Amino acid sequence: MKYSIFTRTGRPLSTSDPGSRRTRPSRSRWLSTAAIATTAGLLLSGCGQEQGDSNVIDYWMWDTQQLPAYQECADLFEKENPQYKVNITQTGWDDYWQRLTAGFLADTGPDVFVNHVSRYPQYADLEVLMPLDEQEATAGQEESEYAEGLMDIWTGADGHQYGSPKDWDTIALFYNDTELKEAGVTPDELGNLKWNPQDGGSFEDMVAHLTVDENGVRGDEPGFDKDNVAVYGLGLSDPGGGNSGQGQWGPFANGAGWEATDQPLWGTEYNYDDPALHETLDWYFGLSDKGYMPKYGQFNQDDGTLSQLMSGSVAMVADGSWMVPAYAGSEEFDIGTARMPEGPNGTAPTVINGLADSISSDADDPEVAAEWVAFLGSKKCQSVVAEAGVVFPARNDSVARTEEIWTEQGFDTSAFTDPVDEGETFYLPITSHGADVTALTTPAFQEIWSDRPPSGEVLDPINGAINDLFLTEEQ
Amino acid sequence: MTAVSPSTGPRASSSTATEAQSPPRKRRDDTRVALMFIAPAALGLGVFLLWPLIRGIWLSFTDYNLLTPAEFVGLANYRRLIADPIFWDSMKTTVYYVVLNIGIQTVVAMIIALLMYRLTQSTLLRGLVLTPYLVSNVVAGLVWVWILDTQFGVGNQILSWLGIDPIGFFTDSAWAIPTIALVNVWRHMGYTALLIFAGLQTLPASVYEAARLDGAGEVRTFFSVTLPLLRPIMALVLIMTIIGSFQVFDTVAVTTAGGPANATNVLQLYIYDMAFDRFQFGYASAMSVGLLIVLGIITVIQYRLSRADTSDMG
Repeated sequence: MKYSIFTRTGRPLSTSDPGSRRTRPSRSRWLSTAAIATTAGLLLSGCGQEQGDSNVIDYWMWDTQQLPAYQECADLFEKENPQYKVNITQTGWDDYWQRLTAGFLADTGPDVFVNHVSRYPQYADLEVLMPLDEQEATAGQEESEYAEGLMDIWTGADGHQYGSPKDWDTIALFYNDTELKEAGVTPDELGNLKWNPQDGGSFEDMVAHLTVDENGVRGDEPGFDKDNVAVYGLGLSDPGGGNSGQGQWGPFANGAGWEATDQPLWGTEYNYDDPALHETLDWYFGLSDKGYMPKYGQFNQDDGTLSQLMSGSVAMVADGSWMVPAYAGSEEFDIGTARMPEGPNGTAPTVINGLADSISSDADDPEVAAEWVAFLGSKKCQSVVAEAGVVFPARNDSVARTEEIWTEQGFDTSAFTDPVDEGETFYLPITSHGADVTALTTPAFQEIWSDRPPSGEVLDPINGAINDLFLTEEQ
Repeated sequence: MTAVSPSTGPRASSSTATEAQSPPRKRRDDTRVALMFIAPAALGLGVFLLWPLIRGIWLSFTDYNLLTPAEFVGLANYRRLIADPIFWDSMKTTVYYVVLNIGIQTVVAMIIALLMYRLTQSTLLRGLVLTPYLVSNVVAGLVWVWILDTQFGVGNQILSWLGIDPIGFFTDSAWAIPTIALVNVWRHMGYTALLIFAGLQTLPASVYEAARLDGAGEVRTFFSVTLPLLRPIMALVLIMTIIGSFQVFDTVAVTTAGGPANATNVLQLYIYDMAFDRFQFGYASAMSVGLLIVLGIITVIQYRLSRADTSDMG
């Protein structure tokens, strides 16, 4: 099931980044407004889509790479329960959420769908999700069977469970093995670096060393021309990664002691005014001033860091474990993985996140939907997902198989799993008003990268505006 | 703009003339027939314009997220609008865009129209001028994104042959709005030129003859004869294009999505994001009403200043 989705130049054929689960500004998102308008119109005129066949379970997902594995699960489920039929619909990330909203509005949405932590709090607030702990089939899910923390992130502020964990992911460094060899660096060295916001530490030295200008001069050698760089040491495409720099500066900031919110889950106060964050950002984006990292707008943001690394324009990038199958498609050179560097506070942290299946509150038959959700989280389906080698399955008893497959493909999976084993992981911020926070922070991080003002000047006022959102709620 | 046609003579308000000439006849009551003819259009107007307008204004006084019933909140959305720095920033961005877009577009369209009028009779050539307008905004936007891509774009390739460093046309905050404005000038100039061209054709040849006899040169004729006589047409063209320009959305949505850092966060895009991404339909409606008021004021001022309802001819 290994297939390449890339053209010869290494640019993705499809604009929908498979497996991307970062929130980011979208270009095609608005196309779906038409869909909303149309469905709303259909609803008003009383000719809504055919609904109510409770033997058919509509299941929506966005990741094309995971589709074959879940189709296999659906076939297994249908074999065990011949009275039901599972209908899978895949939509690219950019249009997925718009279609879902339109579906909730017009009652033409799925029964079960893949959900993301950046979105579900809003849906929970809007009461369009069915609490899984109230359904017979899913009520008995054991926290201990899933990777640590996954149940927690899918438990709402009201204590109800809104998602059944299906997989998890962490962030690590992906490197171009050829570039590494040419620079005389071993993967082991790359995975044991330290950074600090003052001089960047051994991590910045490494990034500088891996950077090569048009004349073949390395970033740490005299005569380096920072305005004509052939290979950047570190790639970057999206400055904010939603609102906490998941695959960008998030792990660095956390290693410098920054916490996005006042409590790990369901916080009511954001900390974008923390000097530890400002120091981290000023250092991080400063790498692009030094010529070690691309400048804003230099590469097309929609192509992602994937195409930067695959086209040989950068030597390494930070990216999520869900991207392993995509990087495995590299034909011209090998790609390997290494752990994120250690920060000033002595930890080498990474973001842990996971997707889950949620049941829509307009599901035709919630109990049937819950049976399918329970099956998706069962060992049967999870081992199929593990075998596909596309993502770490959520179940502890299935994850080893994925590790094996990825190790065979030449990826060091400990880069992703060690932080989990050592307890050096943190969550994405899960709070109410997520869409508002992202709407305010996205332009801010763009500004910090493109115009390079001191990040405190940009973030302090925004932090006030964000925290006001939560104040109004309490009144 | 069809009010003036050469056959009805030089008077703009020719309807009064024809009415006076027609013989007095016993009037039949045509109201019922008229209503029947108007009904289909009136139904469309009511369902697709009036009702959404009224509902939009109503929603602007509510807190509405699409999924739960709207809740009346009085003027809260408007108070928020007045205090929202992003709204006013967005308004400034939009006005900047409109000034660039309309300023350049009108001048270019005028030149094209004059060239079409004076230099060519070829229908093919006149048709070609219109071709960019036949491309949809989204397609035009995407094609320009490719052409102007910093890394792989043809446009930047050509610049590099000229020894100019690549320019981030859509990714540099100083360049983004001018670039989008010019993309839309490119798309709309042919159409605007056609409107002006049609206006030029209505100008009587006699005044040009008189101008020539008085010894006026090309430039003098343009500023003293063509431009004043074209005023009602230009007023209409400007009112239409300015309203259209304020509603810029699709080009921005496909090229920059408001970035970098709100540099191209035009009003329609901000409204769209507020509604369909942040589910704040009440506040988004209030901003739409704000835009409606601004456009209303601009149109009235323009109408007054340009005296669009009167002509210098006659």
